[in-house]
Amino acid sequence: MEYAEQLANADARLRAGSVPTTERTHADQATTLLEVRGVCKRFGGVVANNDVSLDVAAGRITGLIGPNGSGKTTLFNAIAGQYPIDAGSIRFDGREISRLRTAPIARLGIIRTFQQTRVYRAMTCMQNMQISVAQGGETLATMLRRPAPATTERSLGLLEFTGLHAKRFVPAGELSFGQQKLLEFAMALMSEPRLLLLDEPTAGINPVLINGLVDRLRRANADLGITLFVIEHNMRVIMNLASHIYCMAHGEMLAQGAPGAIRNDPRVIDAYLGGR
Amino acid sequence: MLLIAIALLGIAAPFVLPTVVTQLAFLWLMILFAVTWDVNGGQMGYNSFGNVLFFGIGVYACALVQRDSGLGYYAALFVGTGAGALCAAIAALVLGPPLLGIRGHYFAIATLGLSIAAADIASAWEYIGAASGIAMPVYPGAIGGRARFFYFLLFALAAVTWLAARALYRTRLGLAMNAIRDNEDKAEAMGVHTTRSKVFAWTVAAFFLGAAGGPVGNLVGFVDPRDLAFAGATFGVWMVLMAVLGGRGTLWGPVIGAVIFHVTQELFWTYLLGWQRVAMGLLIVVIVVFFPSGILGWASRLRRHGDAASATSA
Amino acid sequence: MSNLEVLASAPILVVQLVVNGILVGAIFALVAYGMALVWGVMNIINVAQGELVMVGGYAVFYLDRAGVHPWLGIPIAAVAMYVFGLLLYRGVIRRLVDRDMFVSILATFGISILLQQLANQLFGADIRTLSTNLPSLSFAEGHVSIASIRIVAFAAAVLVGVALVVFLHRSRMGRAIRATAQNARAARVLGIDTDSVYATTFALNCAICGAAGGIVAMTWFVQPYLGLTYTLRSFMIVIAAGLGNLPGVIVAGSGLGVLEEFAGFVLGAEYQTAFIFIVLVALLVGRNLVLARQRKYLA
Repeated sequence: MEYAEQLANADARLRAGSVPTTERTHADQATTLLEVRGVCKRFGGVVANNDVSLDVAAGRITGLIGPNGSGKTTLFNAIAGQYPIDAGSIRFDGREISRLRTAPIARLGIIRTFQQTRVYRAMTCMQNMQISVAQGGETLATMLRRPAPATTERSLGLLEFTGLHAKRFVPAGELSFGQQKLLEFAMALMSEPRLLLLDEPTAGINPVLINGLVDRLRRANADLGITLFVIEHNMRVIMNLASHIYCMAHGEMLAQGAPGAIRNDPRVIDAYLGGR
Repeated sequence: MLLIAIALLGIAAPFVLPTVVTQLAFLWLMILFAVTWDVNGGQMGYNSFGNVLFFGIGVYACALVQRDSGLGYYAALFVGTGAGALCAAIAALVLGPPLLGIRGHYFAIATLGLSIAAADIASAWEYIGAASGIAMPVYPGAIGGRARFFYFLLFALAAVTWLAARALYRTRLGLAMNAIRDNEDKAEAMGVHTTRSKVFAWTVAAFFLGAAGGPVGNLVGFVDPRDLAFAGATFGVWMVLMAVLGGRGTLWGPVIGAVIFHVTQELFWTYLLGWQRVAMGLLIVVIVVFFPSGILGWASRLRRHGDAASATSA
Repeated sequence: MSNLEVLASAPILVVQLVVNGILVGAIFALVAYGMALVWGVMNIINVAQGELVMVGGYAVFYLDRAGVHPWLGIPIAAVAMYVFGLLLYRGVIRRLVDRDMFVSILATFGISILLQQLANQLFGADIRTLSTNLPSLSFAEGHVSIASIRIVAFAAAVLVGVALVVFLHRSRMGRAIRATAQNARAARVLGIDTDSVYATTFALNCAICGAAGGIVAMTWFVQPYLGLTYTLRSFMIVIAAGLGNLPGVIVAGSGLGVLEEFAGFVLGAEYQTAFIFIVLVALLVGRNLVLARQRKYLA
């Protein structure tokens, strides 16, 4: 389906009042897109990840929660190839990726956003979008052409989708923090990822705007079929968004399950309230 | 349009100002220096203090072709210029992957070290003349014609370089270069082929720097390893400075910076002879400390203050 | 036969080169430590480091000409350079502190050119030596000969180094400097006047360079263009040893000194400095490759 059409349809459905949710018609035997087994990572004396295992089902939204310092971002960084892991395996679509670096992993379709929001500050929003198109198929020859009209069109569409169309010629560094977060999200969508790792997407966002962001996350998953793996501290958001949640504490996997189960799990409550 | 006006000015200049043709030729060289530096510097964030390495390679390549190939003057010059461009480009392709993996100020110092090493090696290598350098063949044309001939050659080279840069900046590679400058980690996390882009950009800069080597060597008439070919403390740092002065990362910034810098330098030479290098050092410090975003940056900030002021008063 | 063969056939020469290398290495280490101080405390790479050494050298040279013995001249030069450093800080360096490293590299490069050309204009490009009529010591049946002036130089460098370390660890300002190096913001919160810390650090570095320059002039020679080599040597040592690692700086300094002696002997003096710079590049590339396996990079 044409990209703009997809967005328009989602828009129409939204206005008609039927918000797509995650408890929908995915077959229960969803394939596992990302398989993490026994991942260990230490920094000097600190063990950030100890024997962490999880599965991210294709087409679903999976959550990752846990108190500060539990190793969530470390795990994300490991998945995204930012550092080599000490032990364990990470398989994407059946393929071992733990030996790959960030750029090849990104080209396989795993895109991540950063906690501190990274955009290209001196470039305009439009340019930020154009360079975010999937790079897997680009050769030196194709890079020497101008951005394709389709790229520009999609960029405009996604800027609209995130409400940044008016700022398209503004340097990204001049946007507010919330706008930069949206831009980063739009850039991630631009690269047509198969798996999107979102590191605290609602952190620092004006509470009034959180619903809008969450809504866009849902639409990206429901209409564009992007698998989401989300680190979140905002419990309300993650409980409503994810169909399956993992909880980490002290570098280890503590519990996992559906939102309802996790919400009431005494171990999870303990970890957050510091019972240990 | 502006480009046509500049082109006409450029073509007319040696006839209008015949006494300063050599200085004008050097002006075009300075523009080429600044533009090529900005390709990997202001546009891509890899601030090289050793780009003069590629210029020097071009100087020597052409000089050797002219000395040893047995070709006629113009043929040797043509082949030599091409050889210069090619050898410089190959150097960039070979040195690029290891050096461009180094970031920030380490890259700056590494490239500085490389260009100085080149100056030292060239000064000691007998085959290419060692410290005495190489004397260039005599220009076969009319007596006054030499300066004018090389003026036009350098003018053409500078123009082609600028046009190539402009074309490059409009491509996807240009976007990739800017992304690498703004946040290389982000670019990698988005899957951009950073190594490929970096090496290509540096090779482009090297190519044009190498091409300029031969004409300059011939214009001067003499190739000296430390003061011309691998002149790190002069050409090498001026390249950086001119782009900074005019405004890094812009199309016209390096050009403006080169013009102002070169004119100032000629004035220093005329009026401060002997002390012009001292004044140059002082100028560098003043520019860097007080105009870090260059003239274009300063001008755009003035304009924005003006807009804000008129907006509030309106 | 080639110099390498000479070396292989007369191993005692190795001792000569090593000893000379260690002796000169002390001075390299001293200058490198000064650079590391400024870098660690103010996050500025001082490309004019070598030129400061050169200026110190000329100061001692002209004091000697005026009848002041180098052993008095060196401390005087150090003090003069300290004052010069304060002025330079107030005038220029202060504005570089919170900026991009690129700006500080370019600005200090400008200062280095300024000083270099000033020296060239004022003093001429000739090599100047002080004549100290100290004997050469001889060992191993005359095969190893060490100019005693070099031993004096070594001792002087060690003395300055020790004084510096004592200052940094025992004095209040020294502790303030070390605190600021670790965390400038925290230091400010604790009431440390970071501006005066920066001024002192930079001035101290200039004094160190001045003393080192005097030692160099006394032992070897001084000329307007000796600066850049010293700057790059310091940079290499700091890269190899890491900031804040004094034993590492000493080892790296000695190592570099020895390496240079061997390079000078085997490759000839004309290729000596080129060799060093290639080693610098190799060091940076190598360090980076090693870090790259950890998917990090030199930062």
